[in-house]
Amino acid sequence: MSSATVEFSPWTDPDTTPLISFEGVTKRFGNFTAIDNINLNIYPREFFALLGPSGCGKTTLMRMLGGFEEATEGTITIDGQDMAGIPANKRAVNMMFQSYALFPHLTVADNIAFGLHRSPMPKSEIQGRVDEMLRLVQLQKFAKRKPHQISGGQRQRVALARALAKAPKLLLLDEPLGALDKKLRQETQFELMDIQETTGTTFVIVTHDQEEAMTVASRIAVMDNGLLKQVDTPDRIYETPNSVYVADFIGDVNIVTGTATTVDGDATQLTWAEGVAPIKGMTGAQVTQGEPASFVIRPEKVSINKSEPEASNKVQGQVLDIAYLGNMSTYHVELPNGQIIKSQTANNRRIARRDITWEDTVWLSWTETAGIVLRD
Amino acid sequence: MRRLLIAIPYIWLLLLFLVPFGIVLKISLSDYALSIPPYTPQLDLSTGWQGFAEFWSQLDMENYWFLTDDDLYWKAYLSSLQIAALSTFFTLLVGFPIAYGMANAPEHWRPTLMLLIILPFWTSFLIRVYAWIGILSNEGFLNQFLLAIGLISAPIKILNTDIAVYIGITYTYLPFMVLPIYATLEKLDGSLLEAAEDLGCTRLQAFWAVTVPLSKPGVIAGCFLVFIPALGEFVIPSLLGGSDTLMIGKVLWEEFFSNRDWPVASAVAIILLLILVIPIILFQRNEQKQREAGN
Ligand SMILES: Nc1ncnc2c1ncn2[C@@H]1O[C@H](COP(=O)(O)OP(=O)(O)OP(=O)(O)O)[C@@H](O)[C@H]1O
Ligand SMILES: [Mg+2]
Repeated sequence: MSSATVEFSPWTDPDTTPLISFEGVTKRFGNFTAIDNINLNIYPREFFALLGPSGCGKTTLMRMLGGFEEATEGTITIDGQDMAGIPANKRAVNMMFQSYALFPHLTVADNIAFGLHRSPMPKSEIQGRVDEMLRLVQLQKFAKRKPHQISGGQRQRVALARALAKAPKLLLLDEPLGALDKKLRQETQFELMDIQETTGTTFVIVTHDQEEAMTVASRIAVMDNGLLKQVDTPDRIYETPNSVYVADFIGDVNIVTGTATTVDGDATQLTWAEGVAPIKGMTGAQVTQGEPASFVIRPEKVSINKSEPEASNKVQGQVLDIAYLGNMSTYHVELPNGQIIKSQTANNRRIARRDITWEDTVWLSWTETAGIVLRD
Repeated sequence: MRRLLIAIPYIWLLLLFLVPFGIVLKISLSDYALSIPPYTPQLDLSTGWQGFAEFWSQLDMENYWFLTDDDLYWKAYLSSLQIAALSTFFTLLVGFPIAYGMANAPEHWRPTLMLLIILPFWTSFLIRVYAWIGILSNEGFLNQFLLAIGLISAPIKILNTDIAVYIGITYTYLPFMVLPIYATLEKLDGSLLEAAEDLGCTRLQAFWAVTVPLSKPGVIAGCFLVFIPALGEFVIPSLLGGSDTLMIGKVLWEEFFSNRDWPVASAVAIILLLILVIPIILFQRNEQKQREAGN
C-alpha cells in the first residue's frame, strides 16, 4: 500500500489553501432545508468521503459543487474562485451521477469519448485515451455496445470511466461502486486510490458503505439532515466519535446510557445502574459532570472470559446469542439489568473447540481507554 | 378464448381492408361500361365454372397502361409527393418547438397544453379548413392585417395557391407531429443533459448532442403520421389550392365523380396504396426499433 512517509494532513496546516470551501452554505428546496449552514474545507489531493443516511443531503452537496444547484445562502469557492453563477461546463469538475446518466444513443466508447471531444485534446489522442479508460474499468470487450446491452455493474463502470476520462481537477463520485460485487469493488477502490495518487485529482465520494469510506478516504464527513455531524480522519471518526449519532452510524457499537458522575480531565466515570461499579472511559466532547451521558464502546474492544479477569471495567452476564461471521464471532451478553453488550472476538479456533456457548455465565471487560463517554 | 381474441383484429382487417381492397383491385382490372355499376365484366356465379373462366379472361392491366400514357397521372403523383414531403417538413419545423416547450413546461401545466393541442379536433375538420379561406383570401384577415400595419400596399394572393395548401396541411396535421415528439421528449432523463453539460457542453450543444438524437424516434413517427395522410389529401387542395394545384387525391375524385370512370380511378387508388406501402413499412420498422430500445 501507499507509504505514509510524509503524513498527508493538509487540514491541520493553517497555511494550506483549500481547493473547495463552503462558507455558511445553505440549500433550500421550497421551505425544506436540504443543506443547513455548512462550513467545510476540502484540500487538494484529498479523498473526501461523504457518509450519511439516505436523504441527508449528500447528492445535493455534490450537485452544488458540480454546478447543478445554486446555494440558497453562503458561498462555495473552488480553487479560490467564487462559484456562484458559473455553469457546469465552465467548471474543472466532473461528476459521476448516482443514476449513471449514460447516453443511451451512444456506444460505451462514445460515452467515454463524449467529454474528450469537447476538450482541447487533439482528435488523434482521443482514441488512445478511451482505450486506456476501457482497460481501467475492464470493459474493452464492450466498447461497441450500447448502455442497454450491458449489465448494471458494467454501466456503473462506464459512468466512472466517462467521469475520469477528462482527468479533472476535482472528481465527484456519487456512489460510484454500489452495484459492483465485492471483489471488483475492492479492485476498483484501489484503482481509484491509485488514480488519485498518480493524477493528484481531488476526489469527493458519496458512499453508503462505511468500509469503503474507511478504506479510501483521507477524511470522512458524517452527515445527518443537512448538517455535518463530524469531519475527521477515518480512524478518529471510528475511535473518537464526537456524538452518539456518529458512533452509532459508523460500525457496530455498544451504547450504555447513564450519568457522568466524575469528569476528571481525560477520564470520566459513568454511573449507569444501581449497585454496580461506574464505567470508566475517556472524556468525549462536551461532557459535563452531573449531566446525562452515554458510554460507547466497539464490540471488538470488549473481551469475553469465563473466569473473572483483572480489569478496570468488568461486568458479569449471560450469553444470549452468538453470531458466527466466519472470521469473527459476536457474543450478545445480557447483563443483570437487561442491558445487552456485544463482544466480538476473532475465531482463531475451530468452531467445535469454542469454549463459550449459549447461556454460559461470562465476564466482559475492557480498559479505561477502550470506550468514550459522550454527551447525549 | 385466446384464439378468438387474436382473431378479432384479423377478422376486422379481412372485412374492412382486404375485402374492399380486393373489390377495388378487381374494378381496376375491369373496363369502363355504360351500365350500373359502370364497369364490366361482372361476376355472375349462376353461370358456374364456365362463367368464372370467362370473367377471369376479361380482366386486364389496360387501365394501368393508360396511367402511364397520360403524363397527368405521374405528374400528380410526383407533385403530391412533393407537397406531402414539404408540408411534413414545415409541420416538423413548427411542431418540434411546440413539443419541446410542452415537455419543458412545469409539470402542472402539461395536461392543459396537451388539451390545447388536441382541442381543434373538437371542431369539424371541414369547418377548420373553411376558416382558413376566411383568413387567407384577398379580403381575408391576414391581408387586412398586413395592409393595416403597412407591410404591404396591395393584398397578396395566398388563397388558391400551393402556399395555402402547405399552410392548410401544416395546420391540420400539426397535432400528429407534436404528440409523438412530445412523448419522447417528456421521457428524456434530465440528468443526461446535466451529464452533457458536466462534460463540457453548453446548453445548446447539449441540445444537439443529446435532445435531438434521443427525440429521433418521435420525430420519425410524427413525420410518417403527417406524410402518409397528406399524400392522399383531397379536401385541403380542393378548398385552399388553385386550379393548377395538382394532387393525386383531387385526380382520384375527378375520375370517380366527374368522369365516372371507376376502373381508372381504382387503378389510381391502387398505385397510391403501393406508393404508401413503402413509408408504412418504414414507419413500422421505426416503431419496432423504438420498442426494442425501450426494453
Ligand atoms: N430538486 C429537489 N426538490 C425538492 N427536494 C429535493 C430536491 N432534491 C433533493 N431534495 C431533497 O433533499 C434531501 C436531500 O437529498 P439528496 O439527494 O441530497 O439525498 P442523499 O443524501 O443523496 O440521499 P441518497 O443516499 O438516498 O442518495 C432529500 O430529502 C430530498 O428529498
Ligand atoms: Mg444521493
